[in-house]
Amino acid sequence: MTDKARDGEYDDLLDAIVEGEGYYVECDAGHGWLPPRRVCPDCGSRDLTETPLPDSGEVETYTTVSVATPAFAEDAPYITAIVDFGAVQITGLLRGIAADEIEVGMPVGVTVGERETTGDRAIVFEPR
Amino acid sequence: MTAPRIAGVGLTHFGEFSERTGRDLFAEAGLAALDDAGVPPDDVEALFYGNFMGELAEHQGHQAPLMAEAVGLDVPATRYEAACASSGAAVREAVFRLRSGEADAILVGGSERMTNIGTAGATDALSIAADDLYEIRAGMTFPGAYALMARSYFREYGGSREDLAHVAVKNHEHAMPNEYAQIRKEITVDDALESPMVADPLGLYDACPITDGASAVVLVSEEYAEREGLDAPIAVTGTGQGGDRMALHDREYYARTPAADDAAAEAYDDAGVGPADVDVAEVHDCFTIAEVLALESLGLYEPGEAVTAARDGETHATGSMPTNLSGGLKAKGHPVGATGVAQIISIAKLLRGRSAWSGDLDDPRVGIAHNAGGTVASATVHVLEVME
Repeated sequence: MTDKARDGEYDDLLDAIVEGEGYYVECDAGHGWLPPRRVCPDCGSRDLTETPLPDSGEVETYTTVSVATPAFAEDAPYITAIVDFGAVQITGLLRGIAADEIEVGMPVGVTVGERETTGDRAIVFEPR
Repeated sequence: MTAPRIAGVGLTHFGEFSERTGRDLFAEAGLAALDDAGVPPDDVEALFYGNFMGELAEHQGHQAPLMAEAVGLDVPATRYEAACASSGAAVREAVFRLRSGEADAILVGGSERMTNIGTAGATDALSIAADDLYEIRAGMTFPGAYALMARSYFREYGGSREDLAHVAVKNHEHAMPNEYAQIRKEITVDDALESPMVADPLGLYDACPITDGASAVVLVSEEYAEREGLDAPIAVTGTGQGGDRMALHDREYYARTPAADDAAAEAYDDAGVGPADVDVAEVHDCFTIAEVLALESLGLYEPGEAVTAARDGETHATGSMPTNLSGGLKAKGHPVGATGVAQIISIAKLLRGRSAWSGDLDDPRVGIAHNAGGTVASATVHVLEVME
């Protein structure tokens, strides 16, 4: 997959997370989103500011995926979670913890990892 | 305002027909609908066609003209794509066209060929209804997304895997007399609970099967039905559609589906009826939890209340709110692009007293069909009524 064109702001965000400088974009009303965004879908504001992603967030919901797509065949079973970072929520792979030890509300940090099947990058959460 | 009438309906059997091409599936359903309607093909003015994964399953885009040709129609044909709500969206657009007087007869349908690409291939194809950058690349599958919603629901409102198992048991029972259904096998709560996990907390029996199939209806204007003396007493009296953020994590709720709330509110208002008037419902139970969320969005239950409806027998054919008497997506099967129109057909049959379960119903007059796309970033709702 190395000959693929970059996906603009998505890959920029992952690069930033690798550098420990993750961010999201936020409107004046405090609605947070992952890039690219030119307008806040909640309030229509086009005045969006890059805001540092908090150091950790809380697990909101998660699942252990046993039946995967071919692109995740060798990753399965794996855990996908949605994590709340305050103004913004992010979906990622939750690693470094057994499924039966996960608790909703537990703090996790965000990093970038590799998918086992394809070697592609992915947003990864790890317990803090 | 006049209400378009359902002049004829057609279905293929739903199931695993991996060697049948999409065009052959749709030709069977479309021709059956035309024959059932008794509307001359020359009177049909357009094809509105729903399909989701044709590019991936058959390497075939631009399907609508192909499908018009397959049913022998030389008419403008357009494909509607709203993930699993594709043919619900097609019905809605046809209703508007007929109401405006711009057309008198439209063939509306959908088809999906899925099993030819296998379980992994179909899981991959279905997953693209989610946000590729921020969900699929984080391992989100379609069952995985509904598993995230189910866990949130349990946490917010209560409920259990056993409650969801009762939804599966009920819909399997409902499918038993449905000759078009993919799975005609009764299961027990223990069967469902002991089935392999797909995406925790959802197991194999919480999920609809992967299905090949097609559906079609001939919708006509009220004026055309009267002029031609058609036997078409069932009307689409209300239509609604709602939308939401594409990615689940960008939603206000994980355990509610506001797009369907909006679609339902619009459809009820359009028809001049309310939840208390609904006699039968077909809802988009791609997963057991999805039936629960649908019943709540339709206002048939308060948020947090529908999870026990199947366990308590309320959504059974003999209950107070008969739901998915066709077997639902869960047992009837879910050929994605065909599902919205197949639900309309199920309701039309129930309202005409032509369902195997009709004997359990007390003269139903109002039915509702709820069709959802993705994790309900798209939803359509239609109200059907018996007209005199």
